[in-house]
Amino acid sequence: MLGKTANGLFWMYRALERAENIARLIETGQRIALTRLGSSEDEWRSVLQTSGSLDAYETFYDEVNRDHAVDWLLRSKDNPGSVMSCISQARQNARMVRTGLTTEVWEATNAAYMVAKDSLARKVPDRDMPKVLRMLRQRAGMVRGATHGTMLRNDVYDFARIGTFLERADNTARIIDVKYYVLLPTVASVGSSIDNVQWEILLRSVSGRGGFRMAYGAQLEPRGIATFLTLDRRMPRSLAFCTSKILGNMNYLESDYGVRLQSTQMAEDLQQRFMRMSIDDVFDYGLHEYIQKVLGDIAAIGHQIEIDYRFYE
Amino acid sequence: MGDTPIFDEMNGMGDGIRRPYETFNNWFEGENPKELRAKQREAEELFRLTGITFNVYGRAEAEERLIPFDLIPRIISGREWQRLSKGIEQRVRAINAFLHDIYHGQEIVKAGRIPEEMISRNEAFEPKMIGVTPPGRIYTHIVGIDLVRTGPDEFYVLEDNGRTPSGVSYMLENRETMLQMFPELFSTNRVQPVQTYPTDLLKSLAACAPASAGDRPTVAVMTPGIFNSAYFEHSFLADQMGVELVEGNDLRVMDGKLCMRTTQGYKAIDVVYRRIDDDFLDPLNFNPESGLGVPGIMDVYRSGRLTIANAPGTGICDDKAIYSYMPEIVEFYTGEKPLLENVPTWRCAEPEALAYVLDNLEELVVKEVHGSGGYGMLIGPTATKKDLALFRRKLKARPSNYIAQPTLALSTVPIFTKAGLSPRHVDLRPYVLCSPQGINITPGGLTRVALKKGSLVVNSSQGGGTKDTWVLED
Amino acid sequence: MRLKISHTTRYSFDAPVSSGMQQLRLRPRSRRAQEVTEWKMTLEGAVHEVSYEDQHGNCVDLITFERDCTELAVHCEGEVELSESNGVIGRHTGPVPLWLYKRVTERTKAGPAIKALLKSVDAGNELGRCHALMPAIAKSVVYETGSSESDWSAEEALAAGRGVCQDHAHVMIACAREAGLAARYVSGYLMMDDRTQQQAMHAWAEVHVPDLGWVGFDPANEMCPDERYVRVAVGLDYAEAAPVNGLRSGGDTETLSVAIEVARQSQSQSQSQ
Repeated sequence: MLGKTANGLFWMYRALERAENIARLIETGQRIALTRLGSSEDEWRSVLQTSGSLDAYETFYDEVNRDHAVDWLLRSKDNPGSVMSCISQARQNARMVRTGLTTEVWEATNAAYMVAKDSLARKVPDRDMPKVLRMLRQRAGMVRGATHGTMLRNDVYDFARIGTFLERADNTARIIDVKYYVLLPTVASVGSSIDNVQWEILLRSVSGRGGFRMAYGAQLEPRGIATFLTLDRRMPRSLAFCTSKILGNMNYLESDYGVRLQSTQMAEDLQQRFMRMSIDDVFDYGLHEYIQKVLGDIAAIGHQIEIDYRFYE
Repeated sequence: MGDTPIFDEMNGMGDGIRRPYETFNNWFEGENPKELRAKQREAEELFRLTGITFNVYGRAEAEERLIPFDLIPRIISGREWQRLSKGIEQRVRAINAFLHDIYHGQEIVKAGRIPEEMISRNEAFEPKMIGVTPPGRIYTHIVGIDLVRTGPDEFYVLEDNGRTPSGVSYMLENRETMLQMFPELFSTNRVQPVQTYPTDLLKSLAACAPASAGDRPTVAVMTPGIFNSAYFEHSFLADQMGVELVEGNDLRVMDGKLCMRTTQGYKAIDVVYRRIDDDFLDPLNFNPESGLGVPGIMDVYRSGRLTIANAPGTGICDDKAIYSYMPEIVEFYTGEKPLLENVPTWRCAEPEALAYVLDNLEELVVKEVHGSGGYGMLIGPTATKKDLALFRRKLKARPSNYIAQPTLALSTVPIFTKAGLSPRHVDLRPYVLCSPQGINITPGGLTRVALKKGSLVVNSSQGGGTKDTWVLED
Repeated sequence: MRLKISHTTRYSFDAPVSSGMQQLRLRPRSRRAQEVTEWKMTLEGAVHEVSYEDQHGNCVDLITFERDCTELAVHCEGEVELSESNGVIGRHTGPVPLWLYKRVTERTKAGPAIKALLKSVDAGNELGRCHALMPAIAKSVVYETGSSESDWSAEEALAAGRGVCQDHAHVMIACAREAGLAARYVSGYLMMDDRTQQQAMHAWAEVHVPDLGWVGFDPANEMCPDERYVRVAVGLDYAEAAPVNGLRSGGDTETLSVAIEVARQSQSQSQSQ
């Protein structure tokens, strides 16, 4: 496989994953606005912060408000991390790696792009927002489904998966990073209504309300939520889950190519040192410090993969 | 030309449905036009989803457009095809022999059959190819011969495309679409298959591999990149052949070979099917400004360790002045009379020809000798006074840059419109593969159709569409 | 005459070169009156990729830089046996049609100065005219080491009134082509009677004249090449016959040093080796 193809696959799936995550963040933001709990402006600010685009946003807008934030995150061409930009980028990469994809995956990606382009051509009216966001998430899901159902389990698949889970781990870590303080044990364990809202926001941001209820019961509590988002291997968006998937696919590559590369070792280290801790150890280490460390490691692994697999000259 | 009767390939001269179309016509008469219209939209949806688009140049944002597809097939009988393919084969053989000759002894010039200036003043003649014999002695591995028809048995060659004929992906996708939409048509009509083209292409390219390649030569398709107008076709062909689609920045010269950067290191390529112009191929040997090419690729090629398909310098046979000598070229190298006719052509470089062309401009088609894609051409009968005056000036300023041809009464094939069937002018581009193992012509090719009533311009860049082209088993 | 030649080109780069390559035309070939008995090329900081013969019959070597190299050296060494041919190469052979050598290039375009120079010499037939051109060129373009730019055209050299052998050759070629004759650029070595150490290769021109075919003319020395001249490469102008044509990325500024030694070998010396 060409290094360029691996690069294209990696970024195609990262972009798709990001598009889906941003759509979910917007949904969460909308939800808060509707329930009118807490300050809407603060929430949009933290949504923008989570998306990693607050600084860029502020160079385009003077104030943070819902209208601007939603448009920025959903449609803006000036925001390379907007849902539309991500989907365009995913499709652009898919075009580049077309020979590595099955027809089904390509068509699902192209269809996602066409639907997005169509439904995001103009500002989305409030009443259509839930429908549009749902449709975008479904379209991303269809690409994932086609990938699962039709792609050979070879290096093509491995790079697609590594891209997906690196992006997802990064997203989950950012979500926690922005709100880590509401999960600290010092916060009253019973929780005020404000805490409850914040906890719910966290779970919504990772589509994790149902999952949490099943695994931890109906009562929201910070220690459980912290565990759920970081170390719980049943939760498909937790840091531990993502790390094990990254490592798993890197191990496949290793056995395929018959060589152990530095990036695999780095993922192995991340898994050994930070994903097998207990939640108490995490709190001892410092939740904030822990998240910072994981974010740093994920970025470093991504960078090393580019080198190890010759993405660029 | 308004008075010239036009031959319609379905309805002849209005004397009833022609034989190849009989079965199709029976089917068509039984169909509900409303449903067919829905099918037509369905086909467009399908094309859009598959991403069969071409990029339009000259716009701020690279725009991807569909080439309109018309669902009425263009049907050619097996007998008609057999005659045509003999002529095509003869012509393609002659083209390869001509290319070998002009880059070696130039016997055809010495024999006085074509003037020296045709070569020496030709911008498409590539001095760096002098003395180079490509592996397998093949120069044009993939050729497209553009044909037009004026009557039941009258075919003319309009252009030879020996450089990089494009459009073959449309031939394949058009068939695929017809098979999906109207499977029943293919059980009642015995249509010769085109789907083997990618496999044939791969086989043909591999057969041209240099001696340094092993038993299983590595083939790759080289594209200028995703912003190229034909990118879809490049990726389509690489995908169908199961080979890598590479760009200049994936490639480098290493260990005396052309190599591509893979996730596991550099891997040698034996045959590169490049869809990038000569000029951009190699910044060390050609245009130093090219960021799309591979420095040193020509050196590897000249050392005999790489096959470049098509060979650099083949563009000279696309030249329309050279075209006018094609009958002489065919005769010189094959010793036979040409089986396919050329359209009569005035070379404006010749003073008497120029005088005639200037006197009869309203009735002629004028083309640039190096032009393609329907750009820079004048169609006398439909041209405005302003265009005519402009071309008069251009012709006088640089006569050798132009040729002129009579406006042919191009045949028509009906397209499906809101008002039912309506005739439109068509041309045909069959695709020809050359290797030391022989010449392979895919039955059919790409039929391009002018969608505007009465228009003779079929180029997709000028609003033309395409049709599935059937060659029947007789 | 037997010549022993050694030629080292050394480049030092201020920063590592990330990638680069050079097309070398540094291998003389045997031909009439010139027999290459021994020739060896060694590289430092680069690897040899391919060799081939170009359209003019030159031996071309393609080399690529080793990754991150900061110093590149190409060293050639060999012996050539020469005999006197009064500059006559003879009949045109090879696949290149003769008309190609009538093609005017950027460097050999005839402007007013070339036309005037050509007009100023009038000496009967083509051969006589070529002979007469040599002193005229030498007078119009005064030899001065390092006085010209390597991309100068013949016209520019005439305008400046000074230049090096490359400029003399270009002026000669431009005049010959303007007169309707085929002409080409030759790069090679010249044994000098007064020294063996040299800083650059030599260059002269060849013109295709009726009856004789290709004949060499060296305007810089106002003579036809004799048995001291080693022909290495030919082309339409300097660009096609240049000893080195390369490109690289990275490396920053380069420092170039050239050391050439051309020495006459006595018969006994060469036999004893």
